[in-house]
Amino acid sequence: MTALTPTAPGCPSGLSPVTARDTKTGYAGFVRDVGDEHAIDLVVRGAKCGGCLSKIEKSVSALPGVTQARLNLSSGQMRVRWTGPLAADRIAQTISDLGYGIAAQAADTGAADKAREERSLLISMGVAGFAAANIMLLSVSVWAGYGEMGEATRQTLHALSGVIALPVLLFSGRHFFRSAWAALRKGHANMDVPISLALSLAFGVSVFETLRGGEHAYFDAVVMLCFFLLIGRFLDARLRRQAHAAANALAAMQTSAVTRLTDKGDALSVAARDVAAGDRILLAPGERAMVDMRIFDGVSDVDESLVTGESLPRTFSPGMTLHAGAINVSAPLRGEALKVVEESLLSQIGEMLEAGEQRRSAYRRIADRAVSIYVPFVHTTAALACLGWLLLGASLPDALMIAAATLIITCPCALALAAPVAQVVAAGRLFRKGVYLRSGDAFERLAEIDHIVFDKTGTLTLGTPKLESMTLTGQPVPLDSPDAKAMLADAASMARVSHHPLSRALVTTAGPGAAQESVREIAGCGLEASVDGQTWRLGSANWIGTDKALAVASGPSLWFARAGAPAVQFRFVDNVQPGAADALNTLRAQGIELEIVSGDQNSAVASLAGTLGIADWTGEASPQAKVARLETLRNQNHRVLMVGDGLNDAGALSLAHASLAPGAAIDISQSASDAVYSGGLEAIPLILRVARKTRAIMRQNFALAAAYNVIAVPIAVTGHVTPLVAAIAMSLSSIIVTLNAMRLQIEE
Amino acid sequence: MTIIVYLIPVALGLGLLGLGAFIWSIRSGQFDDMQGPAYRILDDDDDTPA
Repeated sequence: MTALTPTAPGCPSGLSPVTARDTKTGYAGFVRDVGDEHAIDLVVRGAKCGGCLSKIEKSVSALPGVTQARLNLSSGQMRVRWTGPLAADRIAQTISDLGYGIAAQAADTGAADKAREERSLLISMGVAGFAAANIMLLSVSVWAGYGEMGEATRQTLHALSGVIALPVLLFSGRHFFRSAWAALRKGHANMDVPISLALSLAFGVSVFETLRGGEHAYFDAVVMLCFFLLIGRFLDARLRRQAHAAANALAAMQTSAVTRLTDKGDALSVAARDVAAGDRILLAPGERAMVDMRIFDGVSDVDESLVTGESLPRTFSPGMTLHAGAINVSAPLRGEALKVVEESLLSQIGEMLEAGEQRRSAYRRIADRAVSIYVPFVHTTAALACLGWLLLGASLPDALMIAAATLIITCPCALALAAPVAQVVAAGRLFRKGVYLRSGDAFERLAEIDHIVFDKTGTLTLGTPKLESMTLTGQPVPLDSPDAKAMLADAASMARVSHHPLSRALVTTAGPGAAQESVREIAGCGLEASVDGQTWRLGSANWIGTDKALAVASGPSLWFARAGAPAVQFRFVDNVQPGAADALNTLRAQGIELEIVSGDQNSAVASLAGTLGIADWTGEASPQAKVARLETLRNQNHRVLMVGDGLNDAGALSLAHASLAPGAAIDISQSASDAVYSGGLEAIPLILRVARKTRAIMRQNFALAAAYNVIAVPIAVTGHVTPLVAAIAMSLSSIIVTLNAMRLQIEE
Repeated sequence: MTIIVYLIPVALGLGLLGLGAFIWSIRSGQFDDMQGPAYRILDDDDDTPA
């Protein structure tokens, strides 16, 4: 194996943003023993291309004792097997250090069920496809030999077709029969009722015709119907399973471990769900709080950006309450769990998500509306055709045959394919642009948007501060001057040991280098180190003891002081996302209203709103306030798109008519959204455009299916449907609908 | 025409063979990841444990 060269973290193709690193602990509880090997199932987030795949697999394989490391790029699931004493935490840390999100895979029976359903649909589809091809082979000889073929030969070929069709009908058709039966027992009808009826009626009539030596048997139509319908069913199941996998990330987050302190003061790693109120918990630097806790020991800076939307850390001291989702930055904190995991903020947001999901599932999809018109129409037509022919003096078998032909030819192949094919093609196109869609029906909701609510930090801005300028005794120092570089290198050598966002920003600008060993982090103040007997300090102005008059105000800043030398000021800005202005202008030109609702301080929100020219803004909004704002907009009959990344946005995301989260968003927000985009805000106009186009294509497809029925029904009712006509009509309608959906691939 | 007595079963047998291969490939998980293998073939390191 070639040595790994150090590379930039995250996806080398830039398809997905780098995930913030934190310390990985508690994976030991998820290790299984397989024979004499250990195995763990992980979920990797942010792996999008071949570069990610080989980077992750190679790094994990290089760990001592690893025998298998295989990542599924479609689902993000990774299975690692190893022998020997390697700790599972180290595997997780390795992947995290590469810049990817990582979680232990929760025991999730739902996902396994969905995967099994998809697999069984695929097998059923294969079986139906095999039978359709073979029966068609026999049917073509019957059609080609029409008038010349002997009756005995024809009957043999029909019988053979029937023998192939029967097991296929029972095996592949069971999906429809089961679903139709379940619906009928509850006293209503779904799409599967006419399908089941058409399949069994057509099969029964064909058996009857074969036995009495008739000319027409519809075995080919029966299996072909099965085949086409199963294609649509399979595509739909695959989209839904992908959506489910994303939702699962939330469960994965709650499987994380917590360090509990025993009465003797020993640290014990337990699953977050096993924590009880009153437990004493140790929160190490870099760790994310899983339960709400009251601090009783330790002083530390805490990054609450995902909870409150505030961009800079806040100092926590004993007596203060820390919410779940916050990340400890500087020093260990000891606290008492206030609630069990189920009652913590994280879970409350989880409940908000569920409420939103329920409301969303009440949305009536175009396909549902089409079916509700289609089902009674077809059944009435078939029944009327049967009755009409009986009244006109036809025999019962002939009348039934015509009813069956009506059901076959109007059977919703095109209808069943119309929506899933369009959604799959559109989702594929967005996927190549770095947009990962979570639900197929999201297209319909996204197409209706007329108002967008943005979160600020991490959505409109990059969310990570960036070094903007340096000043020395009130004079600006150009960042590329040798003096500046030397000072920056010294400051960065201290900053490298810290998790504080501003320290990280310094290190990012300074690039790789050595780290000081004697650095102490003093929460709320900064870093202190002794270098060659001198004291170096990097931190707030007050703590450094600098002259206030020399400070350049506005925005976050760090001061760096070496004994005897004047202090340097580093100033930082949270930059607006590149391309944000263009994207917002495009949206505005489409007549969409824009608004910012942020948890950050009013001054910060106001200045950003000014820069971007957004008149409507709200600052210092709590998660509940965001939810309330969305309720208000909803009551004003707005179709709101919420774009946000933080834990504080999750409730609002799930409540909005449609929602998007950037790829750097916390798992919980990603699972609350309809789609996750990577890259900048320019993805939003693209998503909306594709969504509107998808809706248009879906409507066209339903119109095509309806037009096809308008032509086909008279032919069927008048008794002119032969098996050949049925086969051609059925394939043609499905092919036209599929080709129309393919137009979504075309870029404007 | 008696030839079709042999030919049809042969045709069906071949079809079933293909179907069997398809079902085997689904069962052995070859359809689980639709994106990864396309990239994995480009990886030069053949000795990566699989």
